[in-house]
Amino acid sequence: MSVRRVAENQPDDFAFSKENTSWAKKQIAKYPEGRQASAIIPLLWQAQKQAGGWLPEPAIRYVADFLDMPHMRAMEVATFYTMFNLEPVGEHFVQLCGTTPCWLRGADNLKDVCRKIIGEQNTVTDDGKLSWLEVECLGACVNAPMVQINDDFYEDLTAEWFEKILLDLKKGEAVPAGPQTSRKASEPEGGRTVLKSIEGDA
Amino acid sequence: MSDLVKVNVDGVEVEVAPGTTILQACEEAGAEIPRFCYHERLSIAGNCRMCLVNVKNAPKPVASCAMPVAPDMEVDTKSEAVQAAREGVMEFLLINHPLDCPICDQGGECDLQDQAFGYGVDESRFQDNKRAVEDKNMGPLVKTIMTRCIQCTRCVRFATEVAGVPEIGAIGRGEDMEITTYLEASLSSELSGNVIDLCPVGALTSKPYAFTARPWELKKTETIDVMDAVGSNIRVDTRGREVMRILPRNHDDVNEEWLSDKSRFVWDGLNTQRIDSPYIRKDGKLEPASWSEAFEVIAEKVKGQENNTAAIAGDLACAEGMKALKDLMAQLGSPHLDCRQDGAKLPTNANRANYLFNTGIAQIEEADALLIIGSNPRREAPVLNARIRKRWVAGDFPIGMIGQDEDLTYPVTHLGNGSETLAELASGKGSFFSTLKKAKRPMLIIGQSALAREDGFAVLEAAIELATQSKMISDDWNGFNVLHIAASRVAGLDIGFTPQEGGQDVDGILESASSGDIKTVFLLGADEIDMSRLGGSFVVYVGTHGDAGAHRADVILPAATYTEKQAIYVNTEGRVQMTEQATFPPGEAREDWKIFRALSEVLGEKLPYDNVETLRASMFETAPHLAALDELVDAGAPDASSFNVDVPLSDAPFVNSVQDFYFTNPIARASKIMAECSIQAQAKDVSEGTGTNG
Repeated sequence: MSVRRVAENQPDDFAFSKENTSWAKKQIAKYPEGRQASAIIPLLWQAQKQAGGWLPEPAIRYVADFLDMPHMRAMEVATFYTMFNLEPVGEHFVQLCGTTPCWLRGADNLKDVCRKIIGEQNTVTDDGKLSWLEVECLGACVNAPMVQINDDFYEDLTAEWFEKILLDLKKGEAVPAGPQTSRKASEPEGGRTVLKSIEGDA
Repeated sequence: MSDLVKVNVDGVEVEVAPGTTILQACEEAGAEIPRFCYHERLSIAGNCRMCLVNVKNAPKPVASCAMPVAPDMEVDTKSEAVQAAREGVMEFLLINHPLDCPICDQGGECDLQDQAFGYGVDESRFQDNKRAVEDKNMGPLVKTIMTRCIQCTRCVRFATEVAGVPEIGAIGRGEDMEITTYLEASLSSELSGNVIDLCPVGALTSKPYAFTARPWELKKTETIDVMDAVGSNIRVDTRGREVMRILPRNHDDVNEEWLSDKSRFVWDGLNTQRIDSPYIRKDGKLEPASWSEAFEVIAEKVKGQENNTAAIAGDLACAEGMKALKDLMAQLGSPHLDCRQDGAKLPTNANRANYLFNTGIAQIEEADALLIIGSNPRREAPVLNARIRKRWVAGDFPIGMIGQDEDLTYPVTHLGNGSETLAELASGKGSFFSTLKKAKRPMLIIGQSALAREDGFAVLEAAIELATQSKMISDDWNGFNVLHIAASRVAGLDIGFTPQEGGQDVDGILESASSGDIKTVFLLGADEIDMSRLGGSFVVYVGTHGDAGAHRADVILPAATYTEKQAIYVNTEGRVQMTEQATFPPGEAREDWKIFRALSEVLGEKLPYDNVETLRASMFETAPHLAALDELVDAGAPDASSFNVDVPLSDAPFVNSVQDFYFTNPIARASKIMAECSIQAQAKDVSEGTGTNG
């Protein structure tokens, strides 16, 4: 982790869309009167979604005002949680796991692919499609190596396959999420070896 | 009492109230606990871990600041294990703290430095690079060297809790946590300087004081502040003849340990624009002269016109100076004198309750409802405002407000803009009246914006009526309060520096001066009057700075500021306090009373005192309560029966008296630091006015 700052170029302002406004009000209603500040994380998250995957500074202020809390308090939350991106990201934001299990299984090769196709970390491709960031463990070690692209996990990657995924995404083609081999979820490679049948089932 | 908890600290048994922290119990028992984040006037954070102690049967050392006592707890603060634990914490703190004490302004008065003496080890085992943090902008007063920050968050808690301006925060996390304001905006609090005192290390230091002096080479003089009518207790640090800085002193009943930015940073105004010799206007130009020349010119003008002489005292005048000037006017036989240069309609009779902050500043905490009339305490008395906020934070404190609706750092119910709302409340109407009536200890604060107008007496009368109607005054509670802005005002009223039999008030004096009826006007540091209305009169300015009064003057007599004399000031509560001399007045300047004493001899009306003691003795004869230093004398109940209400209530709204907090008096106007603050504050007002802040 390193020092995180808000981006240099910021939009002039930010406001929730109509749907998000009513969604936000529902979130706030979950908390007791006077405790609306508790909704800060969901609201910032929604703001990040609406702004295209990152949290512009006007959005932080907007959410703070929306919850009637000091701007500084919202800024503290936004800078504390690394899931809030303070700088613009690509349309497909790749979070690449570099922690030990993934690294042992070849995360470094995936990083090379990222550098080749996208460039350095935290840079967005010229077409705005892709950007990437190395993150800590995302909790899918069984299917290492893996990346998270926007909301989905892409697991059991090889360098070649990962490159194809990135190129497909760049072209705008849909890529199915999950394990990228024949494997189903976290089952062993080549199919189940135990619990093949449930007693009385056959 | 049976509900006390018995605690054993290092073998010393103490009984403390339940809920007391271990740290407080240890202090009670006389054991000193090192700490960085803990501060008795702020909420508990428990994040520095320096206050570790051993508690019997606890598995590991506990942070004593955050742990409440339990019955029969056995606390150990001195064993080797405790020492080792604290040394461990200190080692971690020092890992990322730069070794720049020789160039750090905090050096010599640094908590970390002091405690490293007791708990630091002689060398570091840390081999890697130290953390470095970018410095942040916090405005013209607070300098930041953020690499030194140990993240105690005292400044964050102070801004949020005491100042009520939640602008400081901690961004990032872990090693990358940084203290900053929102996008490095300047602090907008009038109390921002206090974070400098609170910072236990050199991360937040005084920007204007940076690299000018070391604490051990300063002479420290304990004295009283006069920038507002609170009478904050201060310590003036001087080197040679120069004031280097001003710090607050603790006084639980006045300023606690806080100080407003104006009081703290005004010191450069003490050295600039000073009048250091008498001046006489010759052919339209002011020229330096000797004292005797100046006195001769005055004597010539006053001769034969004794009755047509007038005197106006300014906001910073001390009791002694006003007393001497009053006596001089009496000797001359002129009844025209006034200490209310803003034209405030404050009663001149002897009932002090009519013009005092009767409740007392500390007793605000005991009130349970408040009505503010024509005052913005945040600008008029920031430290007192912090006290109101403290009461509000404690809960169940409805606050009503009549006047300009501005951010006071706590929410208020805005009831109306002017006297018609007040009259309505006084007649028992309105929901806030029932709030006041229901309260057991209601109070009202009436400010100068409500009184410094034509109908001031009618407003005051209505306020007293309201106080009586809503049962604010009883045997053990007096909820009627006048909040003054001028440090001189209460003393002036106490000694009767007001129009005598047949005399004119400020407005009358200026009127007669323009019409030519009054020939000579003495201005005792009075700079906030409309100088153009002095007409062709002969103006003698006795003051300290080349401000409006000096520009208009025909003769200038140089006087001493509050840091240069031992003098009595009475704060808005009626608390009598004495300043001490920290430095000498520049050049030929003299204390006010000495000037009038010397002048009286030249005028042939010699004043009957040769030293300040006899002057004070004669002052105490007429106003005996002035002899009781730092005591509050019960002034009784306010009483409007003697008022001469000649102008009925008008429906004009109350307009705040203090428009620019940083420019209220000649010393502040001479200060470069105050000018910078003023520019910052105005820029902020403008940006907020255009709505760019969301």
